[in-house]
Amino acid sequence: MAKEFGRRGAMRAGAGVLAAGVLGAPMVHAQGSGGNLRFAFWDHWVPGSNDALRQLGSRWAERNRVNLTLDFINTTGNQLQLTAAAQAQSRSGHDGISLGPWDVGAYADVLEPVDDVINRLIQKYGPINPVAEFLAKRGGAWRGVPATSGTQNKPPLCRADLLQQHAGLDVKAMWPARQEKGPNADQWNWDTFLRAAEACHKAGVPFGLPMGQFTDAVDWVGGLFASYGARVTDERGNPTIRGNQELRQVVDYAVRLSRFLPNDVWAWDDASNNRALISGRSALVFNPPSAWAVAKRDAPQVAENCWTIPMPAGPRGRFLAYLPWTTGVWAFGRNKSAAKAFLEFISERESAEFTTNFSGGYDIPPFLSMADFKVWETEGPPVGTIYNYPLKPHHDAQYSIAFSPAPPELASQMYIQALNTKVIARISQGGESMDSALNWLEREINNMRRGG
Amino acid sequence: MADGATLALPRVEAPPASSLRRFARRRSSIAVLMTLPLIAVIGGLVLWPASYAIWLSMLNRRMTAFIGLGNFEILLDSETFRMVIWQSVFFAVTAVIAKALIGFWLAHMLHHLPARGQRKWRGMLLVPWVIPPALSTLGWWWMFEPSYSSINWILNIFAVPAVPWLGEPWWARISVIIVNVWYGAPFFMIMYLAALKSVPDQLYEAAAIDGATGWQKLRYVTLPMMRNIISITVLFSLIVTFANYDIVRVLTNGGPRDLTHVFASYAFQVGVLAGNIPRGAAVSLFMFPILAVIAFFVLRGVTRRSREEM
Repeated sequence: MAKEFGRRGAMRAGAGVLAAGVLGAPMVHAQGSGGNLRFAFWDHWVPGSNDALRQLGSRWAERNRVNLTLDFINTTGNQLQLTAAAQAQSRSGHDGISLGPWDVGAYADVLEPVDDVINRLIQKYGPINPVAEFLAKRGGAWRGVPATSGTQNKPPLCRADLLQQHAGLDVKAMWPARQEKGPNADQWNWDTFLRAAEACHKAGVPFGLPMGQFTDAVDWVGGLFASYGARVTDERGNPTIRGNQELRQVVDYAVRLSRFLPNDVWAWDDASNNRALISGRSALVFNPPSAWAVAKRDAPQVAENCWTIPMPAGPRGRFLAYLPWTTGVWAFGRNKSAAKAFLEFISERESAEFTTNFSGGYDIPPFLSMADFKVWETEGPPVGTIYNYPLKPHHDAQYSIAFSPAPPELASQMYIQALNTKVIARISQGGESMDSALNWLEREINNMRRGG
Repeated sequence: MADGATLALPRVEAPPASSLRRFARRRSSIAVLMTLPLIAVIGGLVLWPASYAIWLSMLNRRMTAFIGLGNFEILLDSETFRMVIWQSVFFAVTAVIAKALIGFWLAHMLHHLPARGQRKWRGMLLVPWVIPPALSTLGWWWMFEPSYSSINWILNIFAVPAVPWLGEPWWARISVIIVNVWYGAPFFMIMYLAALKSVPDQLYEAAAIDGATGWQKLRYVTLPMMRNIISITVLFSLIVTFANYDIVRVLTNGGPRDLTHVFASYAFQVGVLAGNIPRGAAVSLFMFPILAVIAFFVLRGVTRRSREEM
C-alpha cells in the first residue's frame, strides 16, 4: 500500500530540496564564522584556469573560516561588463568583481580604496606594472588590485619556420630562451618588420594583424604608436594632433604595412588572428600563448614551429601591449575587510605562480619581479616557445596601453571606439587623405571630451 | 380566480447598500481593479525604466550634474553619430521594405497552396523566426566570416572571387540587412497570410464578374482589405528593426569604421563599454520621439479605417 504523503512528509522533502540547492551552489567553503564573501571573476579562456582561483579560494576560505563563493562570468556578449554596470548602478551584488582595463576608472566612485593591500604587496615584491598602476589608481588612491588571472601581453607570436624561409629571419636565434639577446636582435625594429611582412605577404602567409575595433587590434596598434612616440592627447586630454610629426609618421607606416595584410583585417575580431595562425595561413600574429596552446591541440605541426618574441622597436623604443584585469572591491560590499584579505592572498607570489601555471603561462602577474616563473621556460613544444612572453629586462622594452597618458575617462572612450585603427582604416580602406583623417580624429576626441 | 389586487405584495424598501458594495458594483471600479496588475507591470517594466533612461540621458558623464539636452547636442555634433542616424534609418527602412515584400509574396504563394501542403510549408518558412536571433546570427557569421566564409568557399568552386562580406562597408551593410530580412520576413508572412484568409471570396468573385485582372484584384481588393494589417505590421517591424542590436553586434560589431553601427549597438558601445551611460542613454532614446510620432499617425489611420468599416 502506498504511503500517505502528509504535511510532515512535504516539509521533510522541502527541506531536502533546500539543502540540495544550498550544497549545489558554487561555494568553495561553507563553515565559516568570518562571514560570507562573493566574488565575480572573469571566466578564463584557457580551460581549467578557473580551477586555480577555486583551489586558492578554498584554501583561503578554510583558513579564515569565510563562506566564499566564486562566480566565473564570461565576456562573451560582454556579460561581465554588464554585470559590473548593473551592480554599480544598483549598488548591490558581489563583494568584489573583475574589471576590464578602463572599468576601474569608470566605477572609481563606488570602489573601495585598497592602498593598504597594495602597499604591503609592493613592500614584498617591488614595483607594480606601470600600466596596471595607471589604470587602477584614481585621485592618488588604488581602487583595485591588479590581477594575475586573465592578464595578458600581446607580443609577436611567430611561425619561426615561415619567417626563416620567406623573410630570412631566424627569430629563435634572435630571441633565444635565455636571459640574453641573440644576433641581430637589435635589428628587430618596425622597418625589419615591414620588410618581413611584405615577404610573407608575397609568399601567401601574410601577417595576421587585426585592424578592426576589437582589443587585439587596438592593443598592437597602441604599442606601435607608442614606439614612435605618437600620442593623440596629452595627460589632460587635450588633442595633440596638429603638427604632430610622430603621429603622421606612424600613421603613414601603418598604412604602408596594411597593404601587406589580408584584405579583410578591417573586420577581424579577437579570434581571427588566432585562426589565421592555427590554420597555417599566417606567419605572425600579436597574441598571448592561447593561439599556440590551441594549435598544440589542433595543429601540432603549427605549434611546434611557434616562437614568441618581443615587440619590434620604433624610434622611441620597444613597447609591449598589455591588457590587465583588476579586481575591485565594491564600496557597498558587506565584507570589505575579508574581500581585501582574499585579494592580498591571491596576489602573493606563490598564488600568482599557481595561477599562471594553471593557465599554461598565459597569465601575467602585475609585479615586475614575477617575470621569472618556471612555466615560461618549461612550456613546449618547442621548449622555450613562450620564454619571451613576459617582459624581461634584456628585451629593453616597456609595457604600454593604447591612448595613455590620456585621462582614463577619455582614454576608455577612445579605446573602446578604436580611434587608432579607425584613423588608419580611413586612409587605407576609405581612401581619405592623411589631413582629412587626422582632422576627423581631432573632432572625435574633442567631442568625447564634452559633457563632463 | 385571483384578482391582481390580492396578489400584489406590499413594496419592501431594499436595505441601503454599503459604500464598498456600491463601489464593487460599479463596472468601472471592477475594470480598474482587474487591470491593476497589468498597470503595475507596465509601470514597473516600461514606464519606470523609460523614465529612468530619460533622466539618465540628461546627466553628465559622471552622473553628478543635470545638463538638460546637452548629451543630444553633443551627439548631433559628432560625425560618427550622424553616420549612425543615417545607417539606422537606411537599415530599418530597407530591411522593413524587403521583409514586407518578401512576406507578402510568401503569404500569397502559401495562400494558393492546398491546405495539407500549406501547413508543411508554413512550418518550414517560420523556422527562421522561431530560432533565437543571437544563435541564427552566429550561424550567418560563420557563413560570412572574413577568412573562412562558407559562402565564399562555394563561390570559389564556381570560380567566383571571394566577397569580403564583413570587411567592406557596403557588403557589411548588405550582410546585416540580409540577416535581418531572413529573420523577420516570416513574421510578415504569417500576418499577411492571416489577413489574406480573412478576405471574403465573394469580393474576388464579384471582381472576376466585372472582368478584373489578377493585378486589379490585388490592387483594388486584396490591398485595401489588408491595409490595417499592413500598417500595423510595418509599424511594429519598424520599431523592432530600429531597436535591433544582436545582428550588428554578432556580425560586425559596428565595423568596419563604424559603418554598420545602428542606434542600439552604438548606445551599448558608448554607454556600457566606454562607461558613458548618460550619452549611451541619449543614443538609445534618439529615435523615440520620431517613432512615437510615426506610431501616432499610423495608429490613428488604422482606427479611422476600422470605424469606417463598422
